[in-house]
Amino acid sequence: MTLAGAKRGQHIKIIHIPDENIRSRAIRFGIGEGSVVFCEEVLPAGPIVLRKNKQEIAIGRELANRITITLN
Amino acid sequence: MANCHDTGIKINMPENARRIVLAGNPNAGKSVVFNYLTGLYVDVSNYPGTTLEISYGRLDNNVVIDTPGVYGISSFNDEECIARDIILSADVVINIINAVHLERDLFLTRQIIDTGIPVLVVLNMIDEAQKQGLSIDTDLLTDLLGVPVIPTVATKKQGLAQLKTAYELAQKGHIDGELQQKLTHLKDRVDSQGEALLVLEGDTVIAARHGLEPGDEREQIYLKRRDQVNDIVGHVVSEGSRGASIGATLGRWMIKPITGIPLLIIALWAMFQFIGVFIAGTVVGITEETILIGLYEPAVRSFVGQIIAIDSNLGLILAGEFGILTMTVTYVLGLLMPLVIGFYFFLSLLEDSGYLPRIATLVDRVLTGMGLNGMAVIPLILGFGCVTVASITTRLLGSEREKRITIFLLGLAIPCSAQLGVIAGMLAGVGPQYMALYALVILAVLIIVGTMLNKLLPGKSTELLIDLPPLRLPRLNNVLRKTGIKSYAFLNEATPLFALGALIISTLQITGTLTALQKLLAPLTVGWLMLPQETATAFIMGIVRRDFGAVGLTSMALTPMATVVSLITITLFVPCIASILIIIKERGHREGALIWLGTWVIAFTIGGLVAQLSNIFGGGSNDTLGIPLVMITFTAITLVVLLICRFVLKPKPGSGLP
Repeated sequence: MTLAGAKRGQHIKIIHIPDENIRSRAIRFGIGEGSVVFCEEVLPAGPIVLRKNKQEIAIGRELANRITITLN
Repeated sequence: MANCHDTGIKINMPENARRIVLAGNPNAGKSVVFNYLTGLYVDVSNYPGTTLEISYGRLDNNVVIDTPGVYGISSFNDEECIARDIILSADVVINIINAVHLERDLFLTRQIIDTGIPVLVVLNMIDEAQKQGLSIDTDLLTDLLGVPVIPTVATKKQGLAQLKTAYELAQKGHIDGELQQKLTHLKDRVDSQGEALLVLEGDTVIAARHGLEPGDEREQIYLKRRDQVNDIVGHVVSEGSRGASIGATLGRWMIKPITGIPLLIIALWAMFQFIGVFIAGTVVGITEETILIGLYEPAVRSFVGQIIAIDSNLGLILAGEFGILTMTVTYVLGLLMPLVIGFYFFLSLLEDSGYLPRIATLVDRVLTGMGLNGMAVIPLILGFGCVTVASITTRLLGSEREKRITIFLLGLAIPCSAQLGVIAGMLAGVGPQYMALYALVILAVLIIVGTMLNKLLPGKSTELLIDLPPLRLPRLNNVLRKTGIKSYAFLNEATPLFALGALIISTLQITGTLTALQKLLAPLTVGWLMLPQETATAFIMGIVRRDFGAVGLTSMALTPMATVVSLITITLFVPCIASILIIIKERGHREGALIWLGTWVIAFTIGGLVAQLSNIFGGGSNDTLGIPLVMITFTAITLVVLLICRFVLKPKPGSGLP
């Protein structure tokens, strides 16, 4: 499944991020491929907010559509 | 990749002075440390080719340089490029990290350590970490990083005193053995280990400077660094109990549409009341009307009049209607200065509180259709205050494409507070149905132009991928200091541009070109817009300043429909002289000229369309029938454009980076 299909309150594992630049930026934020994060909020048709420890990251819907995840 | 090929800011370095560079993630508390170390005397200088201000000050005989808050030194946006160049030129880096966000902040720390520059780590906000149940083993952190770590609570000045001398203790940290080998191998071909690191990490700009091929090991290095950071965090941080704070709850409300939209409306209303009503009305009323026009200008005129004839050419240039000593001074000090201070005050408040990234998240969905992501809301909101200031803030956007779209929308369809005041007054006089027509047409133009630019401009826009910092109460002295520094830097830059604008208009007036232009415009205004001939004057004035044009209309006897047509045209018309000069500076001559001409074409096309349609639908006098039909037509045009863009033209998937 993709990140866009995640629901609020789910723990998910990031499996694949398509773009090399995005992948590098995600690693810097600590949410690179393989990391387990918490889905904090899903805005209707909008961004998905992920949390890892104290850190919150907002990801646009289009990008979320291209990120592969599994539920954890 | 962002454009950033310049190599550094020009800072006068005293002899034997060391460059102490402050670096850190956004919201790590860098500015408080910087203010403490440098004291009152701070210089602000523009980074070459950009409008990004870099502050620097003295500490003993050394120079302390601030950098933009970044998550790493790569080339993901302009700010990172600038931070990268300044850090690479450092003798010592003081790296400020947020104790609550070690996982995020230590990534930059490790990257700076890998550059081989001596580092001192300031572990800030330890009080906040304790409050959240985190305890951090500072000694172990020192051992693992190989550089000294000083715990502080910068806002309460705890631990800051020792920083004034502690920079001497900065050391080169531990570098991964395998990476060190590669760096040593590459070092001979570039100037420093830092440059070697960036070349290895695939930084195209640094590689090009040395005629090298950028490396392809970025991801590998990043992953290893991430593992190291996670490992360090796992060892030094122990977590106790914690509870959800008020800040966390409010932060959640701000991004959920059901609570976030009302909160945003309240914030915008407060901003409008403060800047649009209080500053643009009350304060400017005193500074511009009473002090400068009432007292200063007559004094200057009589003074100039004693030396040369006031109606001579030189007299007009100096003290005439658009005089350098009269209009320029009045606008810069009387109008622009209060507005700019008001804006930067509000912007600093929003910046320091952590609300801006949450607004960006909330509105991201709406802006993606216009080829923008949520971050673009920041310049767009600021545009309602001052388009000139807003144009500068487009630097925070991730790609040239987004900057281009945002600046064009700002120049075209966002009325600034000065103009908005006059427009609101005039619309209130003609009735709510006309007001609705005005708002709908402007909104339709914004959506149509944004959507079309998104489809027509080549390239890809970046997608939202942002960190939401914890909410916190802004610190007043920090906000005021930021406001002061930024306002000063802005006025410093805008004043010569304004004087130049005044000079051009005076010349046009003296040579008679101004009247000739008015006559030239007349067929367009009378024939196409169906307005009285004198309105041409208002448009000419509108070139200088947007609200000028609107003010020029107030004194004319116009029918309600003519009022709306002229207001729509003047809103969409060219940005003021100060704005366009800033836009040219940001976007270059060619694009600036295109934007300027584009607004002419769109303003007159749309204004004329409204005039002609209402004439056809209403038979020339029946506005009760004309208005709804014109509104329906514009809604229909918008929908058709949206549908065509969505289904006929191929959708363009974003990539995150250009």
